[in-house]
Amino acid sequence: MIGERPNEFVTAARRVRGLGPARSGTTHFWHQRVTSAAGIPLTIAFIVIVIALVGRSHAAVGQILGSPLVAVIMLLFMLNTLYHMWIGMQEIVLDYVHDDKLKILALLGNTCFVFAVGFASAFAILKLSFGV
Amino acid sequence: MAELEASTSMGARRSRPISPHLQIYRPMLTMMMSIVHRITGAGLYFGMAILAWWLLAAASGPNAYATFEAVAGSLIGQIVLFGFTWALIHHALGGIRHLIWDLIYGFEPAEREMLALATIVGSVALTIVVWVVGYLAMGGPR
Repeated sequence: MIGERPNEFVTAARRVRGLGPARSGTTHFWHQRVTSAAGIPLTIAFIVIVIALVGRSHAAVGQILGSPLVAVIMLLFMLNTLYHMWIGMQEIVLDYVHDDKLKILALLGNTCFVFAVGFASAFAILKLSFGV
Repeated sequence: MAELEASTSMGARRSRPISPHLQIYRPMLTMMMSIVHRITGAGLYFGMAILAWWLLAAASGPNAYATFEAVAGSLIGQIVLFGFTWALIHHALGGIRHLIWDLIYGFEPAEREMLALATIVGSVALTIVVWVVGYLAMGGPR
């Protein structure tokens, strides 16, 4: 009965079925592996793109970055890397920041940083692609 | 419930033996690689802001792009970008090492050491290759 253990957030039915929070506990672990594997070809492509662009004029850089294939690869690289680093920084924060208020602030900061970098980059790539 | 509270509050007052932590171990190559993997990951995290700046500058116009190029081309800019390149490649190779372990290969002592050494040597070598190719593609140092 729930009444016997007031601090237990798991309902009686959940306990009987053996479904605690563990059912989603390995999600980030697995997603970190998926994004690291996907990161191998995407990072190689990213390095090739950067090497192809260094030293070129602004007009040429904008044109190449905005071309469909390069833009799609860059967007995939950003999305994959940003999710990977969001999970990674969350893990670092949970490992080292023990004060509750500081921890919540750091986790919020992590999410804000990732969204800011992601939206700025995605907006820039899309603007170059659509030429507006 | 009451018993649990009593035992934990007692435990807090008594000094209990703690399990050995990092500081009692002699530094090992694989252990240092684990630490460096995390440090490079954290460095790359903030380095991604530079990438966002580069893309925003390219999307903003010639003046913004010239400002970015001036900062990136300065001595400090080049050092930071070289460090970013090394961290990216080191973290990528370290990640491949972890994926190999995830497939349950390479756990023997000699294999672990070999993988760690390959990550260090490979990351430095590949970083230099990438920069040499980058400079050649640009037509040499400016």
